[in-house]
Amino acid sequence: MDFKDSAEQAVFRAEIRDWLSKNATPKSAAGGRKDQSEAYQDAKVWYKKVADAGYACLNWPKQYGGAGLSDIHKVIWSQEVTNYAEPDGYFVIGIGNCGPAIMHFATEEQKQELLPPMASAETVWCQMFSEPSAGSDVAGLRTTAVADGDKWIINGQKIWTSGAQHSDYGVILCRTDPTISKYRGMTMFFIDMNQPGVEVKPIKQMDGGSHFNEVFFNNAVIPDTYRLGEVGGGWGAALLVLMNERLAIAGVQPDGFPEFLKLVKTLHIDGDPISANPAVREHLAEWYYKHAGIKASTNRMLTAVAKGGMPGAEAALGKLVGAVMNQDIANYAIQLMGDAGVICDPAFAEQQAHFQKTVLFSPGIRLAGGTDEVMRNVIAEQVLGLPQEPRADKGLAFNEIPSGNQSR
Amino acid sequence: MNFDFSEDQKNIQEQARSMLAKECSSARVRDVIDGEHYFDAELWQQVVALGWPAITITEEHGGLGLSYLELCVIATELGRSLAPIPFIASVYLGTELIKTAASPAQQQEWLPALASGDIISTVAISEGNTNHVDCRVVNNQLSGRKSAVLHGMIANKAIVSAKNENGDLGLYFADLSDSSVGRASQDSLDPSLPRAELIFNKTPVIQLAGETPAASALHTLFDRAAVLLAFEQVGGCEAAIDMAKAYTTDRYAFGRQVASFQAIKHKLADMFVAKELAKSNAYYGAWALAADAPELPLAAATARVSAVDAYYLCSKENIQAHGGMGFTWEFDCHLYYRRAQNLSTLLGGNPYWKSLLVDRLLAA
Repeated sequence: MDFKDSAEQAVFRAEIRDWLSKNATPKSAAGGRKDQSEAYQDAKVWYKKVADAGYACLNWPKQYGGAGLSDIHKVIWSQEVTNYAEPDGYFVIGIGNCGPAIMHFATEEQKQELLPPMASAETVWCQMFSEPSAGSDVAGLRTTAVADGDKWIINGQKIWTSGAQHSDYGVILCRTDPTISKYRGMTMFFIDMNQPGVEVKPIKQMDGGSHFNEVFFNNAVIPDTYRLGEVGGGWGAALLVLMNERLAIAGVQPDGFPEFLKLVKTLHIDGDPISANPAVREHLAEWYYKHAGIKASTNRMLTAVAKGGMPGAEAALGKLVGAVMNQDIANYAIQLMGDAGVICDPAFAEQQAHFQKTVLFSPGIRLAGGTDEVMRNVIAEQVLGLPQEPRADKGLAFNEIPSGNQSR
Repeated sequence: MNFDFSEDQKNIQEQARSMLAKECSSARVRDVIDGEHYFDAELWQQVVALGWPAITITEEHGGLGLSYLELCVIATELGRSLAPIPFIASVYLGTELIKTAASPAQQQEWLPALASGDIISTVAISEGNTNHVDCRVVNNQLSGRKSAVLHGMIANKAIVSAKNENGDLGLYFADLSDSSVGRASQDSLDPSLPRAELIFNKTPVIQLAGETPAASALHTLFDRAAVLLAFEQVGGCEAAIDMAKAYTTDRYAFGRQVASFQAIKHKLADMFVAKELAKSNAYYGAWALAADAPELPLAAATARVSAVDAYYLCSKENIQAHGGMGFTWEFDCHLYYRRAQNLSTLLGGNPYWKSLLVDRLLAA
């Protein structure tokens, strides 16, 4: 049991440390919060710079724009780049989720054409699974793809699509046969987002931001060559994509603890450090052991991955614990600030209003990528092996499943 | 990075698990709880024969010279099986304190008998619910009372904290078979690992004469033992989760398996999450312990608090998942609940460890 790099890993770490020190922006030099289009442009510039240096998608094969290295090299990169103020995770969904879908299901020619510009973020991708009537029950999706010669005609609506407003391409899951079981009637495609019949509408979130979008399809056309996998094989393809997502986001889920510790070390009540307050200390202890536990759990998972395994469903716990904690910490930090806690002007609020921003954004994290409740189901069923709930859609064709007053 | 136990260590764990599954059924634990004996002597002899008390003792002192990591995997299995033997008292506490605080010559004299299981040791620190030490040593004779001493009724030797004529804290080796020692069994929440009061009346003692001052030796002992106990607690959590899973999967209500209700599934998921956090924190503690890393104090406190919270949650919700049967003497749920209480108070309660954790975190 140790935390040492292998000799080869140590050389690699030294190499990227050197490169980052010359090319990345130190955290202290970073400006305040940027607006969305500015942040997007910054991210594109950073990704291109990384790709030109040969460090993009380290675990992808070289011919597809990667570096031909392992998952562990990618982890080492992530560990080092977090010391800088660069938007290194900005396109994680496109690259982490859509990349493997293309890698696994597209033709050789498509892979060589599509993947290198994806890796360098010269083209940006989004993932379109969720729908207004298909959230936790994502296999209940209703966007249809109807075959028309060597084309497919797409109609319907996706929602909660991250970054769709900036995307050139998307991976989309559609219903191709509503007369059979819902899991067998889906097919995966990729689609050109800049074409007639595709309309993106940003969603104004409760925090005022617009990270997520609605995407409407009105007789949009996809050539059959853009199909990913077999007709009817969409659910299996989607599960493969989601399994890759676990690795892509391993250890990057913020839990809010480092910011909380920093705050507690600076605040005072009537001249005494707030860290001497028994109630604050109780929270510090509990949140620290959860924070440390998530980190150590991630290291156990990465060790398993280094030995050739895939991250298991237990990866759900980092998301479940971290997302709730992030929200609770933000709330508590605001309480510690007293009347000033409600002020969210970054010029006045602690840490450029980190806690005020988080208290409004964190409810979304508890919903995105699997709600707290879905995460508990995943752990209960896939890790502990407990039985599923009896289901009202079992054995029914998709178009016979009860749907209440939701239009079909 | 290789943040896992080795294949050899996992094999040791597997062997321990199958041995204890066979030799340490809950009926054996209940024999100690309900019966006349303070521990399962037959199981203790088997454990001694396997060399478990000798794991971290060097070969020159008659031990196996293995690392703390081997002891951690054994601890998990002893915790899982609720082993009613003086392993915590004699190995994690007595042996470790002698390794930390005794002189080389004393270690040479005492450790071989601990490695071979010829003697059972314990430590006697608490005198009630405060840190106050009233025990006094005058002319190498100890007088005073110690309370809640783990396996105090059957240990042959105890290391006792006491003050000398000048009021300096010291650690003293006492032979509990001496006629000057009185022992009184104390009813406790968990009779499977019983506690006792020890009364010393001018008992001849030998001061532990290592270079480490008594107070810092005790801190080191507590940190090391906290990591080992965390593995015992994680083993107990896993047993409680397995029980809850088995019972709710077998039992039907409203025409379906109880485990198919989300209320139950989410309860078990929360138990799993708490256990998994505790396990990962214990792994980090094991690394720090085995590497003798400067991170040990914070890692140990983290492992401790995480494991205490997890075992309380898993053992209480296991009762809940069993419904009324969980409240019976007949079902084993209360054995884990009792053990969780016992281990969480040994070495100081959760508020004490949380405070240590925060002090160390802020100093880091």
